[in-house]
Amino acid sequence: MSLIRKTAAELGALIASGEVSAVEVAQAHLDRIAEVDPQINAFLHVAADSALAQARAVDERRAAGEPLGPLAGVPIAHKDVFTTKDMPTTAGSKILEGYRPPYDATVTARLREAGLVILGKTNLDEFAMGSSTENSAYGPTRNPWDLSRIPGGSSGGSSAAVAAYQAPLSTGTDTGGSIRQPAAVTGIVGMKPTYGGSSRYGLIAFASSLDTPGPFARNVLDAALLHEAFSGHDSMDSTSIHEPVPPVVEAARRADVAGLRVGVVKEFGGEGYQPGVLARFREAVDLLESLGAKVVEVSCPSFGYALPAYYLIAPSECSSNLARFDGMRYGLRVGDDGTRSAEEVMALTRAAGFGPEVKRRIMLGTYALSSGYYDAYYGSAQKVRTLIARDFEAAFHQVDVLVSPTTPTTAFPIGERADDPMAMYLADLCTIPANLSGNAAISVPCGLADEDGLPVGLQIMAPVLGDDRCYRVGAAVEKALEDRWGGPLLKEAPSL
Amino acid sequence: MTTTQSVMPYDEALERFEPVLGLETHVELGTESKMFCGCSTAFGAPPNTHVCPVCLALPGALPVANDKAIESTIRIGLALNCTIAEWCRFARKNYFYPDMPKNYQISQYDEPLCSNGYLDVEVNGETVRIEIERVHLEEDTGKSTHVGGATGRIHGADYSIVDYNRAGIPLVEIVTKPIPGTDRLAPEVARAYVTELREVMRTLGVSDVRMEEGSLRCDVNVSLMPRGSAEWGTRTETKNVNSLRSVERAVRGEIERQAAILADGGKIVQETRHFHEDTGATTSGRSKEEAQDYRYFPEPDLLPIAPSPEWIAELRGELPELPGARRKRLQAEWGVSELDMAAMHNAGAIDLVEATVEAGVPAADARKWWMGELARRANESGRALAELPITPGQIARVVELVSSGALNDKLARQVLEGVLAGEGSPDEVVEARGLRIVNDEGELSSIIDQVLSANADAADKVRAGKIAAAGALVGGVMKASRGKADAARARELILEKLGVSE
Ligand SMILES: [Zn+2]
Repeated sequence: MSLIRKTAAELGALIASGEVSAVEVAQAHLDRIAEVDPQINAFLHVAADSALAQARAVDERRAAGEPLGPLAGVPIAHKDVFTTKDMPTTAGSKILEGYRPPYDATVTARLREAGLVILGKTNLDEFAMGSSTENSAYGPTRNPWDLSRIPGGSSGGSSAAVAAYQAPLSTGTDTGGSIRQPAAVTGIVGMKPTYGGSSRYGLIAFASSLDTPGPFARNVLDAALLHEAFSGHDSMDSTSIHEPVPPVVEAARRADVAGLRVGVVKEFGGEGYQPGVLARFREAVDLLESLGAKVVEVSCPSFGYALPAYYLIAPSECSSNLARFDGMRYGLRVGDDGTRSAEEVMALTRAAGFGPEVKRRIMLGTYALSSGYYDAYYGSAQKVRTLIARDFEAAFHQVDVLVSPTTPTTAFPIGERADDPMAMYLADLCTIPANLSGNAAISVPCGLADEDGLPVGLQIMAPVLGDDRCYRVGAAVEKALEDRWGGPLLKEAPSL
Repeated sequence: MTTTQSVMPYDEALERFEPVLGLETHVELGTESKMFCGCSTAFGAPPNTHVCPVCLALPGALPVANDKAIESTIRIGLALNCTIAEWCRFARKNYFYPDMPKNYQISQYDEPLCSNGYLDVEVNGETVRIEIERVHLEEDTGKSTHVGGATGRIHGADYSIVDYNRAGIPLVEIVTKPIPGTDRLAPEVARAYVTELREVMRTLGVSDVRMEEGSLRCDVNVSLMPRGSAEWGTRTETKNVNSLRSVERAVRGEIERQAAILADGGKIVQETRHFHEDTGATTSGRSKEEAQDYRYFPEPDLLPIAPSPEWIAELRGELPELPGARRKRLQAEWGVSELDMAAMHNAGAIDLVEATVEAGVPAADARKWWMGELARRANESGRALAELPITPGQIARVVELVSSGALNDKLARQVLEGVLAGEGSPDEVVEARGLRIVNDEGELSSIIDQVLSANADAADKVRAGKIAAAGALVGGVMKASRGKADAARARELILEKLGVSE
């Protein structure tokens, strides 16, 4: 089997044992990128030279007899919203075109420490705002299952890169579903850790109280290995939690659900959900039951308010977070011809540098925070947030995990929802509650929808710091389904 | 910009109107590192050398709160008799300005760390209690310099440069409640408050409070109401008031300006005004209509501050003796009046007197020398007492020489003059200038004989019983001895020689 089809765990073991070199592995993936990325557009920047140099360093360490970690020498695609001091960092925006940060994000630094080989930076909706990667200033990314469709968003470059075998692993950030939804629609695994479990330092902020870095992989164990590699406390991020990383790798290896109580969220389903999505979801629930889980229905009444609350909180925070992009210190600067005031230059720069969705959210947030409107909008949304956290808390008294479809539909065609923000926002209907409460949640493939043959994701939500439960249940589902399918779901994907 | 504005003379203004004051003071904390990053806070480094991704607001950078700054703010709150919040948050204050790297300032909004306190200040020997509304913690901005143009302000400048060394230095904002009832003393009360606040900060060791370097900055709010009215007038906020003298001038100037407008039937515009250190005038800034909506909301990048009651109790227990309490203690120890104490305070003599007393000098003597001869000399040379080139130890030595009889007051003054002139220690000056009381009875007797024969009329009057006339003879002896005679002994000998007794 070719190197690009192997799992991250397999590649790590092959490199550690010396059966293949990290350079060979990196080169195989760089070749794959060269071959398919012109169609996919997953990468904004491919760092071939530095990737090969990093791979060589791993090989040298092995040759010198140094012990290597499980992912040393394994290639990874890195979402272009994390700062990298040796590569451009654009956040998918024209306002940061060509910007090279002077420092590495904590996640970036930890990838390097683990010996992961960064192949390049992946495409995303501008400033991670979107569900389709169509909002990138650098063109949309295409879904490897069907090039006319979206790969999800905002981490669509990362999901597509992994689904198209350009990298066995990638990083994402999840603010309202930006890891889980792209994972679901590309047939891979994507995990949103507990908020604060992975560092935001060097992650270009969209909504500070929601943004969570997390892993993409083609299987649950690989995702857990990557999760473990970059998570854990970071003194540079005040909201980073001090507790040790939950035992995610152990949970992924355990992969059993016997005796676990699984709650089906009553509110997610019915109108607006694609029948094929619901059919695969129900099968997954039956599967869990057949594996020994105790399945009950759980009501979370406030989840219905999650979407509107999210679209007040996230834009409010982003209106402030994105204020720093003013052309004064870095990035694009427009209109500085010696005749204009600093204020005018800032306004022209922002008008030219931000795309329409970013502008829409900045305006929404600015309005929601305005004096006289704050209590009605931002204040009420924060109350909803508390209610959602209470719903989760009550639910986790009854069950160990909650399950739902990850997203109401399969991958939609590029352009279909581009002019309909509300339809676009509905893609995150099921994923947003876990962001508002800070819970852990994962999406794992659970089959193909009958009507379009496209992947469907199963979302497994766990309590705060219960990340290991997501992996344990996810791995059990994966194992049972792969037995049934005779291999991973991705082998069904049309070859490019 | 026009600076011609009519003013009403201060006395007339105060006859017709009553002022209400308010003061907002910003104090830069003297922490080693900035509020939300590890950069140094040292003053005077080359521009943009104390900067990092966090204080430059590079994409992805996050703040981490400086615990020492939080501790300092709590100590300030305790010193100002405030309630310390059990739980409070930072908030973002959103506005665009090039010296604000994030285009929002991390500050506190409706949940200040400290609230509802007071500070007692003394004005003319009386205690005035200034109520404190809140004390909160925020970060400083960078410093813009506007190059070209006439005003040094951004409008009309050719270009502007920004130094971000100051961006992110911890800044404590201390806001008073409105201060009514100061009447004519409003300018003095404002000055006394800022002076006292500065001393509290120094005593706490939380800031170097150098107004000229901007580590203590003041905004002064003033409104006027007609005498007899209970309703406060519209206030203005004068910014950039950066010396104690300017605080006083700004209040006085604003009272005079507002009184003229009100007397003319005009209305005060609620606005910020800029104080000009050179002229003492203020010019109009931003009006309330143009005021920004800062869109405050809780800072999501930082955790709430939740100081434990135990920690607060510990900090309270460790507070040093505060300036007001210390003055009360010293006043009692020294046995001086409120007014004398206030005079020493205003002259900056308290530390010097205390040190002199510690060197073994009776309080009355220490006070006499510092507030008399030395205050006069400081005044003449336009220096502060503490800047005189003389130490409390040297004063103690002079006092010792006087009490041992080696010097009288007149000689002692000459010794001080010598020390101040850089001639050395008191003993060296005595030696070099030959300043010793004439104790030799034979020499004194012969000087007296000369004086008696040269002043026969006066001598006769004394002989005839007009003992008061002896004063002139003693004066003659002192003059003839160039001040070195012991005046008391000379008087005894004169009376003895003239055969009279008192
Ligand atoms: Zn810094």
